[in-house]
Order: sequence, then structure tokens, then C-alpha cells
Amino acid sequence: MTDTVVSEMIVPSFDDDVETDRTLAIICSKGSLDMAYPGLILGNAALGEGVNVHLFFTFWGFDMITPGRMEHLVFSPVGNPATHIPAALAPLPGLAKMATSQMQKAMDELEIPPVPEFLELVKASGAKIWACRLSADMNHLEKEDLWDGVDGIINASDFIEMTDGAQLLFI
Amino acid sequence: MATTTINGQEVTVDDEGFMTVYDQWNEEIGKSLADAIGVDMTDEHWKVIHFLRDDFKAQGVTPTIRRVSTAGGVDTKRLFALFPKKPAKKMAYIAGLPKPAGCV
Repeated sequence: MTDTVVSEMIVPSFDDDVETDRTLAIICSKGSLDMAYPGLILGNAALGEGVNVHLFFTFWGFDMITPGRMEHLVFSPVGNPATHIPAALAPLPGLAKMATSQMQKAMDELEIPPVPEFLELVKASGAKIWACRLSADMNHLEKEDLWDGVDGIINASDFIEMTDGAQLLFI
Repeated sequence: MATTTINGQEVTVDDEGFMTVYDQWNEEIGKSLADAIGVDMTDEHWKVIHFLRDDFKAQGVTPTIRRVSTAGGVDTKRLFALFPKKPAKKMAYIAGLPKPAGCV
């Protein structure tokens, strides 16, 4: 192991002077427990690196920001061959509940917060939270019906305008 | 790995400049580290840094932002205000600890 001796302090650049407008927009379109996490984890990581983050909830992703549903997202092995549970067994009563609680337990052990708490964390860290206009109309929901951390309901054009130059992630 | 001098004291750091030996740190060094990255240390800042050091000693790992918030009792929003842009890394750097490894 080479040990170098330097007299000057090694100071990492934390990009403070860099006018970074790096923006990441994450589209959360899924409502199952397993697919709720990727967007939140990456969004949270980006925020911790000083990146501007927009989370856009659409379609099934609406469940992530709807009180009453966001606390009870389900992980089902049905249609999920990656779980290696035989397809014929996957729809059996009780299996989804078991898979969900196993997943939540695994997350708890790693100190990953449940979805509602995770949303609070990313919001407090500066993420902008948007709900899709079309999904809201389809579900007959308005801003008052959604989680109070939602910044607004926007349509597709607004989203495209807002994410000019941004990196996009579709989940 | 490198040995650098901070305040006339020899300090072991990794390639990025993060301290690698827990016991080499003291508040004067912490202040120099903070100055180097442009963080003005107030009592509030010190409270956070001391929490990080105590928690590292107890848990063996640098706490993540979430842990500093839940166990350390400092609002996440406040952490981003005290240590802008990259709070987790800045806090670890000033506290003489490795960057947090956890994802959340």
C-alpha cells in the first residue's frame, strides 16, 4: 500500500461553486410496493447529491400519493416470474399478503422507511411532487384528495416544459 | 491513502480527503475542514457533527441523513440548510468520518 505524504489538505469539491442545474425527473407509474421504492431511493440519492428532483406520479403510481392507499401498497408475485414462485401458486389466497409483509420486513431491517415516511423524507429534502392531470381526472380526484405533500396536479405539456434539459427516469 | 497536515497535526486521509482514523479528529481539525469547504460552523452545526461522531462510535458506521434526522433529532430540511447541496458528504467530511454507505 503506497502511502503518500502531502502537506496540503485534500479538499473534495462538493460542487458548491458549480451552478449545477442538474435536474432529475422520475416518473412513478406503478402502484405495487416493490415498484414504489426504486423511484424514491434514486430520488433521495439524487437529492443528497445536490440534484434538483421532480417526482411525477401517474397512473398506478397515483396509489403512492393517495391517502388510504399509500400505506397499503401490495407486492404480489402474480405476473412476476422473477419471484420464482410457480405461476399456478402465485394467485393463491394469502400469498400476496405474505410476500408484502416479507418485503416490508426486509426493508425495515435495512432501515428503509415505509412509503409514506419516505415521501416525507424526499419532500423535506427538496423534491417537487407532481400528480398527473389525466390520472387525477380518471380517478375523479383533486389535490385535496391527495397526500398533502403534493405540490400540484400538472398535465403532460407542463411536465415536458418543466423537464427541459433534465434527465428522465420512467419507472 | 495519504498523510496530510491540518493545523500542524498529521492526519491520515483517503484519496478524496476524508479522514480515516477516528481518534485523530478534534474540534480544531473539524473547524479547519469546515473552513476548507466553506461551511460556517455555528452551535447548531456542532451539535450535528457531535451527533455524527457519537453515533459512529456507537454504531460503527456513519449515520445517513435519515438517521441524523430521526435519531439525532434534526429536521431534514434544516440539514439541507446547514450543509447545502451535499449534506451527508459534507457532514461526514467535517466530522472526520467516512462517507455514509447506506442508501437512505
